[in-house]
Amino acid sequence: MMKKTEIFVNSAFRENSVWRQILGICSALAVTNLMMNSLIMGLGVIFSLALSGFTISLIRYWTPRSVRMMVQTLIIAAYVIIVDIFLKANLPEISKQLGPYVGLIITNCILMGRAEAFASQNNPIDSFVDGIGAGVGYSLVLLVIGFVRELFGFGSIFGIKVMGDWWTNWSIMVMAPSAFFILAMLIWIINVKYYKVKV
Amino acid sequence: MDISSFVLFWAAIFTSNILLTNFLGMCSYLSVSKEIESSFGLGISVIFVLTITTGLNWLVYRYILVPGNIVYLQFIVFIIVIAAFVQLLELIIERYAPALYYTLGIFLPLITVNCAIFGVSLFMVIRNYSFLQSIAFGAGSGIGWLLAILMLAALRRKLKEKLVPVGLQGVGISLIITGIMALAFVGFSGIVQIQ
Repeated sequence: MMKKTEIFVNSAFRENSVWRQILGICSALAVTNLMMNSLIMGLGVIFSLALSGFTISLIRYWTPRSVRMMVQTLIIAAYVIIVDIFLKANLPEISKQLGPYVGLIITNCILMGRAEAFASQNNPIDSFVDGIGAGVGYSLVLLVIGFVRELFGFGSIFGIKVMGDWWTNWSIMVMAPSAFFILAMLIWIINVKYYKVKV
Repeated sequence: MDISSFVLFWAAIFTSNILLTNFLGMCSYLSVSKEIESSFGLGISVIFVLTITTGLNWLVYRYILVPGNIVYLQFIVFIIVIAAFVQLLELIIERYAPALYYTLGIFLPLITVNCAIFGVSLFMVIRNYSFLQSIAFGAGSGIGWLLAILMLAALRRKLKEKLVPVGLQGVGISLIITGIMALAFVGFSGIVQIQ
């Protein structure tokens, strides 16, 4: 029986979904041109991951193996719909900017990955902690990429201007290619500094 | 939106490529692109499934979800339509074209979780496309995806003999290559703008 903190650290850092397992890249790249979008997206994923993990684990003994995937997808979809409706009602501006990517949380491989690898074999509370951990690890990556892109692309952080008038926005940071480069750099740095891959 | 289906088709391939500008379908793109043959097989299946499911989802959305006032269930309904269609396709191919099943069969389960398929259906709803536009957008997106994965697979084959920094091997270098390809595709973006 693993301790709760250990489960959290494991799914948030050691086995981080984005940089270690290369899952959920789509949304990590698409919504990160602004930090606010990254944060909201991260929170949405934490919510759906934690609760879907909890629910899937709760009914794991009563789920026939043959329809397992379909049941998991439907449970995940139910929580994502809640996130989508909440955003549409309370943060319509951000909901519009995130566009289809909120709905795409359903096909985000992280959710299926955690459901299969963890929630279908562990108790509900552990699965909940694991979901929060994986979600925090994912949000962390989004915020780092969002920080770099917003700082250089708009000269601001969370919409607050930090660069003076002398600053010229790098329009490439707003465009798609920069997201690929920054994620690649992030993975490179983490491989060398955190996992100590031998050069 | 009054943009002709023909323009939309080309725009989906080049100016707003589903993978290089909308980042959809990254997971299977990164993991399957190790070999050109399997990339091609998966790409063809994606084109086929994408074109048909976008059309199906349009019909379902227009004639079931909107009249029944249950638009908020669109995520679940779209996912079910896609999963059911892929399952059906698998059965049909297995029964009537075993040769094709051996080449494409293994890719079909992968497609259900490919976010490009679901994403295109969502774009179709958000941008309010007509039936013809949806089909054109779906087909174009599929071809664009095939183009991107084939290019990456070809480049990765060349890379096998090259020295890459250890921490960057595998996914890291693939992402950088994709970034450069995306940069090249930005060159198309002035031609037509679809939002």
